[in-house]
Amino acid sequence: MKGLKQALPSIIVIAVVVGLWWAVVVATQSAIFPTPWQVVTGTLELARDGTLWEHIGASLMRVGAGFGIAVLFAIPLGLWMGWVRGAYVTLNPVFQILRPISPIAWIPIAILWFGVGNASPIYLIFIASVFPMIVQTTAGVHTIEKRFLRAAENFGVPRKKLFLQVVFPATLPEIIVGMRIGLGVAWLVVVAAEMIALRSGLGYLIIDSRNAGNRYDLVIAGMIIIGLIGLMLDGFMRLLESMKIVRWRYAH
Amino acid sequence: MRTKIQVQNVRKGFDNGKVHLQVIEGLDFEVREGEFVAIVGPSGCGKTTLMNIMAGFLAPDSGTITIDGQPRMNPNPKGVLITQQGSVFPWLTVKQNLMFGLPDELPNREALADEYAALVGLKGFENNYPHELSGGMLKRAEIARALVVKPEILYMDEPFSALDALMSLRMQNELLRILAIEKHTVMLITHDVEEAIHLADRVLVLSPRPARIQASFDVTIPHPRRVSSPEAQALRVAILKELGVAETV
Repeated sequence: MKGLKQALPSIIVIAVVVGLWWAVVVATQSAIFPTPWQVVTGTLELARDGTLWEHIGASLMRVGAGFGIAVLFAIPLGLWMGWVRGAYVTLNPVFQILRPISPIAWIPIAILWFGVGNASPIYLIFIASVFPMIVQTTAGVHTIEKRFLRAAENFGVPRKKLFLQVVFPATLPEIIVGMRIGLGVAWLVVVAAEMIALRSGLGYLIIDSRNAGNRYDLVIAGMIIIGLIGLMLDGFMRLLESMKIVRWRYAH
Repeated sequence: MRTKIQVQNVRKGFDNGKVHLQVIEGLDFEVREGEFVAIVGPSGCGKTTLMNIMAGFLAPDSGTITIDGQPRMNPNPKGVLITQQGSVFPWLTVKQNLMFGLPDELPNREALADEYAALVGLKGFENNYPHELSGGMLKRAEIARALVVKPEILYMDEPFSALDALMSLRMQNELLRILAIEKHTVMLITHDVEEAIHLADRVLVLSPRPARIQASFDVTIPHPRRVSSPEAQALRVAILKELGVAETV
């Protein structure tokens, strides 16, 4: 009941936007721009013949693979760069140069290296999400409070224990923040990457719907589905933030 | 009682840009085994610097600190530092915190952790995370984590200053109760003269920066002490006078 009350204002805003959209389309008698209802029927049509689920599945698979590889790569590297000063000094400038390059700029190279199969978008997603996670993890190690490191030093624990019970858990909240950013960027990029080539995915759905007969109802349906799935993915990452082991960081 | 800690001619300064700040100037004192020594001094006189040197986190510019006749080395579990801000790991439960300093191969580490949790009155909270505890309970967890590794020396730097007056007094009594069971050598830094009189066998007064020992008071009042007793009040006035605060009883 309380959740509903909180969500009410945004539900109203969405209803107003949809209402305006509908009114404008009807008033201008647009032949090509769909009404909300046409978007709904278009979506149902796709859902019924099963292609919608294929597109969603393809996009999610690519994000899962690219983001997963990026996580496996970024977290150990970020921890290492955070802990070992020499690694930070050496690698950080390289990543700072690579980081601002838009993943879209990598598309020609990705096609050159990986062709037009699944590997290209997976590579682009990897490139897009790996840097924010490295940066965030490194920053997390750098901001571990001195009092905790001192306490660990005082008890003279072995390096492995220091790492597993102090450095890693102290950095975990930042790692999760990095993962949230990384997954958000990954989802942005998969759609862009799929617009270039391939025969599946939500990005492909949008471009293909336009090219194959100006089905703008499906274009908009694709956009809305992308938004909703992005919201869900972020919701999953938020669940990580509610783990007891990291709550100390987000609670205040 | 034999000498536990010997501090000889310790000096420490910091270079802040072009300015050299001499914080500690030729400190000499001894702490006997099992003795509780409180150090009081004006704010900013270098008490915390001294404690960091004693616990091994800072090296003095010159002078020596010996413990049991051996030169003081890096920080180690033989002397555990407890500070005002506290350092209980927020990502570990109370029990995991207590087990942190115990070697993994120690067979009874879980039992020891439970025992010390009970000793400080945290029975039933072993599996709670620090953010679920009150300030006083957090302090108890910190003390238990220090005691469970059986240190020979406790270095306490304003341990109860962040607590409210009532909780601070309660924790002082707790500390005395625990120290009666486990005999430790304790060095306490505090700005609270009453706390020093309540707890310590001896009170050292530091001068303003650069810090030297300005005066030393033996506290011979038997425990349990009442800080409102005439003797304690007379001592308090004498110490405050050394600190440059004139007050009548």
